[in-house]
Amino acid sequence: MSRAADVVNVVIAGLGGQGIVTASDILAEAAFTAGHDVKKSEIHGMSQRGGSVSSDVRFGAQVHSPMVPHGEADFLLISEATQVAANRHRLHPEGRLITPEAVPQLFQEADPERAARAARMVNVALLGVLSAHLAIPEATWLEAIRSHLPERLHEMNGRAFHQARGIEAIFGSLTGDRPHPATQ
Amino acid sequence: MPQQLLTGNEAVAQAALDGAVSLGTGYPGTPSTEILERLGALGGRAQWAPNEKVALEVGLGVAFGKARALVTMKHVGLNVAADPLFSATYTGVDEGLVIAVADDPGMHSSQNEQDTRRYAEAAGAPMLEPGDAQEAYDYTLQGLAISARFQLPVILRMTTRVCHSKGPVQTRSERAQAPAPRYERDIPGRVMIPGNARPAHVRLRERLHNLARSELPEALLTDTGEDRQLGIIADGVAAAHAREAAPQARLLKLGLTHPLPIEAMRAFTQQVERCVVIEEGDPYLYTAARAAGIPVAGKPERFRFGELNAERVRRILDGDESPEPEPEAAGKPPQLCSDCSHRPVFQVLSRLGCIVAGDIGCYTLGVMPPFEAMDTCVCMGASVGVGLGLRHALPAEEARRVVSVIGDSTFVHTGLPGLAEMAYNPPETGHVLLILDNDTTAMTGLQEHPGTGRRLDHHPAASKLNYEAIALALGITDVHTVDPVDHKDDFERLMHDALADDRLTVIVARRPCSLASRRLAAFRAEQEPSEP
Ligand SMILES: Cc1ncc(C[n+]2csc(CCOP(=O)(O)OP(=O)(O)O)c2C)c(N)n1
Ligand code: SF4
Repeated sequence: MSRAADVVNVVIAGLGGQGIVTASDILAEAAFTAGHDVKKSEIHGMSQRGGSVSSDVRFGAQVHSPMVPHGEADFLLISEATQVAANRHRLHPEGRLITPEAVPQLFQEADPERAARAARMVNVALLGVLSAHLAIPEATWLEAIRSHLPERLHEMNGRAFHQARGIEAIFGSLTGDRPHPATQ
Repeated sequence: MPQQLLTGNEAVAQAALDGAVSLGTGYPGTPSTEILERLGALGGRAQWAPNEKVALEVGLGVAFGKARALVTMKHVGLNVAADPLFSATYTGVDEGLVIAVADDPGMHSSQNEQDTRRYAEAAGAPMLEPGDAQEAYDYTLQGLAISARFQLPVILRMTTRVCHSKGPVQTRSERAQAPAPRYERDIPGRVMIPGNARPAHVRLRERLHNLARSELPEALLTDTGEDRQLGIIADGVAAAHAREAAPQARLLKLGLTHPLPIEAMRAFTQQVERCVVIEEGDPYLYTAARAAGIPVAGKPERFRFGELNAERVRRILDGDESPEPEPEAAGKPPQLCSDCSHRPVFQVLSRLGCIVAGDIGCYTLGVMPPFEAMDTCVCMGASVGVGLGLRHALPAEEARRVVSVIGDSTFVHTGLPGLAEMAYNPPETGHVLLILDNDTTAMTGLQEHPGTGRRLDHHPAASKLNYEAIALALGITDVHTVDPVDHKDDFERLMHDALADDRLTVIVARRPCSLASRRLAAFRAEQEPSEP
């Protein structure tokens, strides 16, 4: 199948209870507010019992199917290392896999309580990494984050997002990543 | 109204509100559950029924009273509601009655892959099939209008990828005016004794015929694309996959799929060299087209199973028979939460070597290691009957190991008649029914039911079912209540004794689902004004 260059395909995957659906809601809303056609699709139902969850988000001038075809994801965001193997087939050969390892600086807390708190922001941090590759204004992202998280989490998550975005902007380019053609 | 980003389910709820639906009712079931939850959150009147049959009957009564109703369920729910459905098309309705039924191709969270389109045809109900959230909104409103105009209940057939997919939705700026409810007696039309039902069947066929001849089948078609070589006829989300797989193809997307716009389909095929039907599940469109002598190609049998996507549609169109790619590793299956009250129950059942006639809910995960303590799971409520049947058939030694295990929501849904059967036709070795009362419908996302004593919006309900009293009222005298977490030993002893004894026993294992307890506590904290 030819890769439609005007649609950005993102798959977000992890385990039930990790906020995968919320992360994909944030991305979908940011893309929507930025003026794109958006389709988002996921399988949920038994997620509270910790099974695999994945969500597809697609945006661009016009999106038809809500599902990212196998091997067509431009970005694959995975919040949990054990879930990489189950989802790698979703990624395009030139696509970018984004895991917490992209921003190790954010997850080096020795203090268990602070580490646990950081772990709950993994998805937003991954979105921060993703955002460095997309032409969606930071303010739009922050607005979407605020509208999907309770108020007491706004500041913490906003900071994690901003830091991850900054780290990726510097180090992501060193690893040779290029933004998706549709987002330039 | 500006565009909103909504799921298909949210769009149906919004349309119900904008279309002046006066009551939404249904029974939870993935992927349909969020429709009523959203309708309630938007301020509409939404309530859970004990099961889908009751929900449809309540909706029908609303429509008899000249008000509008929305009834929601998952595909297997329509099996339960099939009885009222097949006569509701005979009686017809006075006002809009839309039955939103969500299929689950690929069985992401279902026990089968049945295709609701067969029901629409069998019962003679008009059917609309949205393919995305915008159409879910538009077709709900359209369904209400068609229902009122042709006086028939309308099925809104959705699928997992329509229910749970988000897309931009343009909503109406004005809400429809609610009709004034009023009773008008119509004995020949409403009382289905044979003398009335015979003309009612003829009337149903006339109504369907009138709908088929109206402007609607054409109005609900979209015909796009330029190609004269390849034509595609598709419905629902399959049309979106087809458009992506074959961007140039001429694509006829059907909105009304019962009655089918068969002549428009015929005319379409005459304008293309080759025409392929792209549909998920059963070959419903394909069979109808071929029966009408329309030259279309279908899909190989293997695409009857599972969902379609753009890649699978490409394979159908190209005749590509190569094996489909598989993930490197399987995903992680769901598990009972670490502090789940079902855990100690299945430890005990496993230790006692029970033959477990199981049922559907979170507790079905008792089949997984380390418990592996479930022997059958068929459909909701089946645990009771299947357990009784096993008891009747097996030699006494084995029969005494059989226990029926059912969740609280499932017990209310369809376990009650099973309990009547148990009291009425007791096996020689007696029987044990274990009700796992975790005070919620956990499986589908923690919904309330008549046994929790709370309404859909979690506020107190008018009543709360008492399972122990129900068992006693049915004449079963051995009725016990136990907390399987705090009193696991007592529970084990009770189970052991009940199995050894040839009497009828009902054990209620009562312990709230921990997830539901946390959710309820948060809800209550939100309701109460914070202490100064
Ligand atoms: C006819 C039908 N309707 C709905 C469903 C979806 N469903 C499966 S189990 C279940 C209820 C589970 O609740 P409960 O029995 O209380 O068990 P729990 O999940 O709380 O352990 C529902 C709604 C179904 N499978 N079949
Ligand atoms: S959601 Fe409740 S019932 Fe389901 S596994 Fe978790 S604790 Fe058990």
